Amino acid sequence: MAKFTAKPDELAKIDFRPPRTGWMDTPVEIKEHMFCHAAKPKELETVGFPNAHEWRPNDEDWKLPENWERTILEGMKDLLGKYRSFRLFMDICVRCGACADKCHFYIGTGDPKNMPVLRAELMRSVYRGNFTLAGKILRKIAGARDLTVNVLKEWWYYFYQCTECRRCSVFCPYGIDQAEITMMGRELTNLLGLNIGWIAGPVAACYMKGNHLGLEPHTITSSMEFFVDDIETITGIRVNPTFNRKGAEILFVTPSGDLFANPGTYTAMGYLMLFHELGLDYTWSTYASEGGNFGFFTTNEMAKRLNSKIYAEAKRLGVKWILGGECGHMWRIIHQYMDTWNGPADFLEAPVSPITGTRFDNAKATRMVHIAEFTADLIRHGKLKLDPSRNDHLKVTFHDSCNTSRGMGLLEEPRYIIKNACNHFYEMPEDTIREKTFCCGSGTGLNASENMELRLRGGFPRANAVKHVNEHHGVNMLANVCAIDRAALTTSMDYWVPGVSVCGVHELVGNVLVMKGEKERTQDLRLEPLPGKEGNE
Amino acid sequence: MGSIFAFFAVIALVLIAFVGVSAGNMQYLFGVVIPYAAMIIFITGFIFRVLKWGSSPVPFCIPTTCGQQKSLPWIKQNKIDNPSTTIGVVVRMALEVLLFRSLFRNLKTQLSEGQRIVYGEAKWLWLAGLAFHWSFLIILVRHLRFFIQKVPVPIQMIEGLDSFLQIGAPLLYITDVVILSAVTYLFLRRVFMPQVRYISLPADYFPLFLILGIAATGVLMRYFFKVNVTGVKELAMGLVSFINPDAKLLEGIGVIFYIHLFLISIFFAYFPFSKLMHMGGVFMSPTRNMVNNSRMKRHINPWNYPVKVHTYDEYEDDFREKMKGAGIPVERE
Repeated sequence: MAKFTAKPDELAKIDFRPPRTGWMDTPVEIKEHMFCHAAKPKELETVGFPNAHEWRPNDEDWKLPENWERTILEGMKDLLGKYRSFRLFMDICVRCGACADKCHFYIGTGDPKNMPVLRAELMRSVYRGNFTLAGKILRKIAGARDLTVNVLKEWWYYFYQCTECRRCSVFCPYGIDQAEITMMGRELTNLLGLNIGWIAGPVAACYMKGNHLGLEPHTITSSMEFFVDDIETITGIRVNPTFNRKGAEILFVTPSGDLFANPGTYTAMGYLMLFHELGLDYTWSTYASEGGNFGFFTTNEMAKRLNSKIYAEAKRLGVKWILGGECGHMWRIIHQYMDTWNGPADFLEAPVSPITGTRFDNAKATRMVHIAEFTADLIRHGKLKLDPSRNDHLKVTFHDSCNTSRGMGLLEEPRYIIKNACNHFYEMPEDTIREKTFCCGSGTGLNASENMELRLRGGFPRANAVKHVNEHHGVNMLANVCAIDRAALTTSMDYWVPGVSVCGVHELVGNVLVMKGEKERTQDLRLEPLPGKEGNE
Repeated sequence: MGSIFAFFAVIALVLIAFVGVSAGNMQYLFGVVIPYAAMIIFITGFIFRVLKWGSSPVPFCIPTTCGQQKSLPWIKQNKIDNPSTTIGVVVRMALEVLLFRSLFRNLKTQLSEGQRIVYGEAKWLWLAGLAFHWSFLIILVRHLRFFIQKVPVPIQMIEGLDSFLQIGAPLLYITDVVILSAVTYLFLRRVFMPQVRYISLPADYFPLFLILGIAATGVLMRYFFKVNVTGVKELAMGLVSFINPDAKLLEGIGVIFYIHLFLISIFFAYFPFSKLMHMGGVFMSPTRNMVNNSRMKRHINPWNYPVKVHTYDEYEDDFREKMKGAGIPVERE
């Protein structure tokens, strides 16, 4: 595959004119840099997925199993019976088009099949042709079509060009959520072994080793050792995290990405410093070392299988409740799925902050609290000594993650923390934040490198809004509460808005947290000199 | 192409009724048999579709949250767009159904010259949608005067309000003008906005033309080709009280009435098989009608089943030596 070299100026020239031929008569063209490599059969076999086989998306022959049409249609029937959302969303769309220009992939590509309505029609047309009377009789007049290899390829291509961000569902008059339809599309493609490597790899790793990156227990402790050393260099204080410790009050679970790659690692350092300063009785787990869940991007069952480790580990260790780190889809799952899948968590207690005594009634059943809720409560009660001037060289804006905003509603907690940790905070334009926030462009397991054009195009609307505050207010730091954001937005900023860095909210907290007995800080968590403090040493 | 097909389909329906009544003298078919059949199809079809949706469970609590969650007591929750109580959901649904709240959020996203994405107001779809649906409802309610011997006061009041811009006699109903303009706008945007045209199916144009046909024949009948209104009322009263009308009564009503009634019959019979079912569906949409309390109260999935997991014991077996080497406690040495 040729390297992706297009310049931002070229990529931002987007043609929104639809093709001359109708969408049913425009066959899918699988374009380089817009799709991910196929999953390796071994990875699918690790978790027992059916029909694992070698294939390549841009090959003519996908080596589909025999009777694949029947597999798909029976799968559809099964899902229609299991999910009211799916059945309803197949039936009630009026194609008003309100969702069309709300999708980051449509805005970034101009490809009409990236309009949520049309992405859904790709599946609705097959639904009508096989499951409705009008579709069976009137065929194309009723918007029905047959399931062919080309239709399947179109499904695959476009259901892996949707990050399940739910922005379309905010604007839909019936709340039709393309994320639900994409999930069904991915369930169905998985019946045929048509997964992508960037999802199947992390899923297999997470299943066997406890986290997406496949970090083995001793690797987790040794990467943590690096953080501990760096924290000591910066503050003079040696923090002492524990692992798989029975009897701890709190189990802490965060996405493994933060243990491995910059800038997420600085967020992890922020957690370590905060917990140390509070004297929190908490433990990390190497078995449940993943808050994220790439299983969610394959099948509901796989997601449940991976998620089960969190409660299982909390039970084994005998903790009272669970605290969760900064992550987007992790929180959609914990908030809307975990208790239903793997609850009830009756072996835990309703969470109470040991520092402030606040009862987190909003998490009284799931018994898992978001770290932004936890920290905002600490700040509100004056339990943290913060010196926001240490972040004075930063002009910060905040990117709401799709999942925490539209699948939870965590909007003010991180903002409250940032405003207490930074003196310079600027919001991006109103139509690009909170429930109207844009995806980073790389969610749902699409943050590979071979699909770079897709990711950058999908990230264009977000980057454009950052560029606005960069130009108007000199914003140079994009804060967020999501591990995929931290990885993906870094790439997106380097491409679209060079000079803007990306950080987690708790990196900002770690920077400004005045710890008992710390030495005069001259470096931030990135071991870069703190402006204005260099001369003090 | 979809629009042309749908247009001629409606024209054909008009001709069928016209020829059937004026040349074929089939007043009984068009005035009695078809309306009854249509109502039976509508009612059973509608119920069937709703039950079909209802037969699929809602396995997960998946509201689309459009505002601040309920979390810490000092953080102001958006109780409507992110409801944590049933009352919040009722208000959210009421705003959705009565005022099209989500459509009101609509924005126009455009790429301007300097590669800047700009977001503009886009309220016309909301306005036209709201105008159309509300006039349709008011017109439907007004028509109850044909089915009730003594017109009830509320209906008289609606008629009075609807016609307060009196222009000559008979009274001009505002809703007649509004529905015709709104539907025309909804049609024109499908034709002239390239994206909307691209996604439009014949099934999107057909109801528009059908409704235009119904409204147009209604207006023609009221203001231009007068029909025997007393006869119409007698027929309508007979239909709702299951009294078979005599041939003389049926013949005494003008053909335009039968065209109007036939299009309405088609509309109702078509309803359960079409996207018009969004009327029932909007109430059942899980992203809108659920309480966002899934961390406070466990949501039950009726088909939740045990799954194969990789247990801690299996994990420890895989990594015991490495764990011990790293000083991580293990269950079995």
